[in-house]
Amino acid sequence: MIGIEHYIVVSALLFVLGVLGIFLNRKNIIVILMAIELILLSVNLQLVAFSAFLGDLVGQVFAMFVLTVAAAEAAVGLAILVIYFRGRGTIAVDDVDRLKG
Amino acid sequence: MIQIIAFYLFAALVIASAVMVIMARNPVHSVLWLILAFFNASGLMVLVGAEFIAMLLLIVYVGAVAVLFLFVVMMLDIDFAELRAGFIANFPLGIAIALILAAELIFGIGAYQAGQLDLGVADGRASPMLEASNTANIGALLYSDYVFLFEAAGIILLVAMVGAIVLTHRKHPGGRRGHQDIGKQNRRNPDEATVMRQPEVGKGVEL
Repeated sequence: MIGIEHYIVVSALLFVLGVLGIFLNRKNIIVILMAIELILLSVNLQLVAFSAFLGDLVGQVFAMFVLTVAAAEAAVGLAILVIYFRGRGTIAVDDVDRLKG
Repeated sequence: MIQIIAFYLFAALVIASAVMVIMARNPVHSVLWLILAFFNASGLMVLVGAEFIAMLLLIVYVGAVAVLFLFVVMMLDIDFAELRAGFIANFPLGIAIALILAAELIFGIGAYQAGQLDLGVADGRASPMLEASNTANIGALLYSDYVFLFEAAGIILLVAMVGAIVLTHRKHPGGRRGHQDIGKQNRRNPDEATVMRQPEVGKGVEL
């Protein structure tokens, strides 16, 4: 029988893969953004699974808000990526030091 | 039985395609694997009866976000081989951190399964009405208790849209070719805009 634990394991693996993707593709910001989408997907899966197993719909409503923020984040992130590429001609993120931070 | 087969199919595919997202050499392939991951995750959500969020995931992610990613990946002229340079060097550290995180999360799940955590019980305000569909249930909750949050989500999307347009919009100084000048368009009249010709048979028109 499939229980909540199965969903937690899948979602935990997905989260860890997202974090690993950020570490492995340190230079390629497009893949980093995709890894962040994976992390948000795992959180959404977790919220929906708990909501379904506990019989409380707030988790699904909250997953919708996470989805909204993820979409907005992708749009703004890719817009920043495009203007950065226009100015520099590359998207390598390990030499982003314009703000000297 | 069929639920178990479906769960393991979707779970294996979502994990495998997540691996391919972060391992693929070509970011276009990464986006395509990401789409597969979202399809299978929404399959997992359908399996627990959350069909509204599952379809929303497909529409928002596959229909909008993945297309946006594909658009950016294909529009920018990037040398992706150069960006992969640190992949091998970062591999041991990345795997180590991933294993630590995975071990922690699995440990947490084991502890949860051992029981004796007092999680409390749901107050029942948001429990689904049995005769209504998942979509109707979410609608009833979203437009009553969470209506202000719903409007805040709309404002977030509006701000993101305006922000993306402001960031990427380019103003062209000195009117480049094809730039629209409404005053000039309004000043046109038929006499200077069109020419009447009577070409002879078999000859073209010099414009």
